[in-house]
Amino acid sequence: MKKNIQEAARIIRSKNSGPYELTLDIMFKNRRYFDLFRAENIINPELICRLYRIPQSDILGILYFEPAQAVKITMKRRIPSGALGDGDIYGAQQHAPLLEIEFEEN
Amino acid sequence: MPNAEFRVLSPTAILGYGFPEESFMAGVARRPHLIACDAGSTDPGPYYLGSGKSFTNRAFVKRDLRYMLVEGLKLGVPVVVGSAGGSGAAPHLAWCRGILEEIAREEELSFRLGAIAADIDKAAAKAALRVGKIRPMPFAPELTEEAIDASCHLVAQMGGEPLVKAFQAGCNVILAGRCYDPANFAALPIALGYDPGLAIHLGKILECGAIAASPGSGADCAFGTLTGESFILEALSPARNFTRESAAAHTLYEKSDPYRLPGPGGVLHLENCSFAELGDGRVEVRGSRHENTSPYRVKLEGARKAGFRAVSIAGSRDPIFIAKIDEILHAVRAQVSTMMQNTVPGSIIFHVYGKDAVMGPTEPEKVNHSHEIGIVIEAVAPTPEAADTLLSVTRSTLLHYGYPGRISTAGNLAFPFSPSDIAVGDVYEFSVYHLMEIERPDDFPLQIVNFKRGRIES
Repeated sequence: MKKNIQEAARIIRSKNSGPYELTLDIMFKNRRYFDLFRAENIINPELICRLYRIPQSDILGILYFEPAQAVKITMKRRIPSGALGDGDIYGAQQHAPLLEIEFEEN
Repeated sequence: MPNAEFRVLSPTAILGYGFPEESFMAGVARRPHLIACDAGSTDPGPYYLGSGKSFTNRAFVKRDLRYMLVEGLKLGVPVVVGSAGGSGAAPHLAWCRGILEEIAREEELSFRLGAIAADIDKAAAKAALRVGKIRPMPFAPELTEEAIDASCHLVAQMGGEPLVKAFQAGCNVILAGRCYDPANFAALPIALGYDPGLAIHLGKILECGAIAASPGSGADCAFGTLTGESFILEALSPARNFTRESAAAHTLYEKSDPYRLPGPGGVLHLENCSFAELGDGRVEVRGSRHENTSPYRVKLEGARKAGFRAVSIAGSRDPIFIAKIDEILHAVRAQVSTMMQNTVPGSIIFHVYGKDAVMGPTEPEKVNHSHEIGIVIEAVAPTPEAADTLLSVTRSTLLHYGYPGRISTAGNLAFPFSPSDIAVGDVYEFSVYHLMEIERPDDFPLQIVNFKRGRIES
C-alpha cells in the first residue's frame, strides 16, 4: 500500500551547513521505518534530483545515521547564503519537496 | 586519563539568547568546573561579519554574561565565551569586551581576562594561497587574492590551543574571537588530560545549550559531566530531558556528515558512538573518537561589500493580477530597463510570497492557489542613491502598470507602510569560506588584562 512519508517520519527539516551547503534531515518514527527506508533505498540521488530540480553533481551525500534513526541529504545551496537573490538565509524552509515522498508498505 | 568528573555548564545556545535563571542556578548548584558559551554563527548571513556588527542584542548579551561572570567567579571556575560578538572579528570582540568591562565595573569583579583575536592578516592569507595552502569548502569558489583583499573582515575559527595558552597564563575569563564552537567547552578538559573525542563531542552538543534536549530550546541551559570513559548530558529545567534520540539527532544538526565531523586540526568520528538513557532524563554517550589530521587546517571566513539595498513591501488581492504575475513582472522589468537606459547600475529582484519567494526555481508547486500575494521589491546597487532610484521607479511602474485584461485600474499594489520604500543600507556577501593550513595552532594574539574590583590594573 502506498503511503506518504509523513506517516513514517517525525521530523523533516532543512538548514544551512555553512553558507554553501543545504542539509536535509529526515528522522523516522521508529526503527522499523528507518530499516525499511534504508533497505529499499527510498531516499536516493535520482529522487532528490527530481524533487529539487538539481543535477547529481550538486549532491554531496546521502547518509543513514542509525543512532538517530535518520537519513541526511546534503546538497549545494542554489545561491550562497545571503548572496543576491537568496530567499532563505538560514536555509530553514527548503524541506517541503520531501513532504511529497511516497513509499510502499505491506 | 583523569578519574574525577569534569562538569560543564552551558547557559544558552548563543550568548544573548537568554536562559531561565532557575536553570542557570540549578547548574551552578551542581558545581561546574567550567562555564562556557558560544556566541557566534555564520547562519545569520554575511552582513554581520562584513559590517562588524553583532546579530545579538546588547542588553541581553550583558544580561547573560553578567550571570556567567558573577557566578563563575564566585565558584572560582573559568568562564569562556567564544566567537565573541557573533562573528568574532576585531570589532565584534571589542564590542563584547566593552560589555564585559561594564559588568566588571558594575559588579566590582576581580579576574584575569584573556582576549584572543581571530583576525587573519590578509598578506599572510595571500601568501598561504600562493603556495597552495588554502582550499575551498565544498561548493565554495576557488579563492583569489582579490577576494581576500575585498574582505572587510577575515577571521579563522581557532581550535582549543589558543584557549589553553590563555588558561596556562592564568586567565580565568577568556573572550575569544571566532572559535570552533566545541572548543570553548573542550579546550580545558583536553588540557587536563580528558579524551579529546569525548570532550569535543560533549562540546558539540553543549554549544547549542538545550537545543539537543527534548523539547529543545536555544534559550535554556544544558549540563555535561565528562569522565574517563563517557560523558553524561542533562537538562536543568524540569520542562525538558535528554533522550537517546534527542542527543543522537543533534549530531545531524547543521552538519554535512553525522559520522565524520571535521574541526580545526582533526576529525571527530562517531561511527562507534553509543547513546544510552540513564532513566532519569540523562543520557550517557560513549565511543566518540578524535583523530588529529596533518597539516593542521582552520576554517577561514570573510565577507565583502556587495552594494546597498532598498526594499518595498506590497500586496495584491486581484485574481487577474495574481494569475499574470510572471508576465507582469517581466514586462515591468523591461519597461524600467528601457526608461533607465542603463544609466542606473544595479539589480532588481522580486520576491513573490504566495508563489515562490522561499524556494525560487526549485519550488515544485507551479500552480498558484493563493487569493493574495506579497511582493518584496528589492533593489541592490553600487550606491544608496542608485538603489533608491531603481526601487522607486520599479515600484511606481508596477503600481500603475496596465497589463492586458486589467479591470482594477486605480493601482496594482496594497502598501502596508508609508513611506513605501525602505533604505536597508549596506549589503555584504561571503567572500571567503576556505580551509587554511597553519603551522602553529596556538598562535592567535592573546591580550591579558587584570581586573581588580572592576578596574583595569596597569
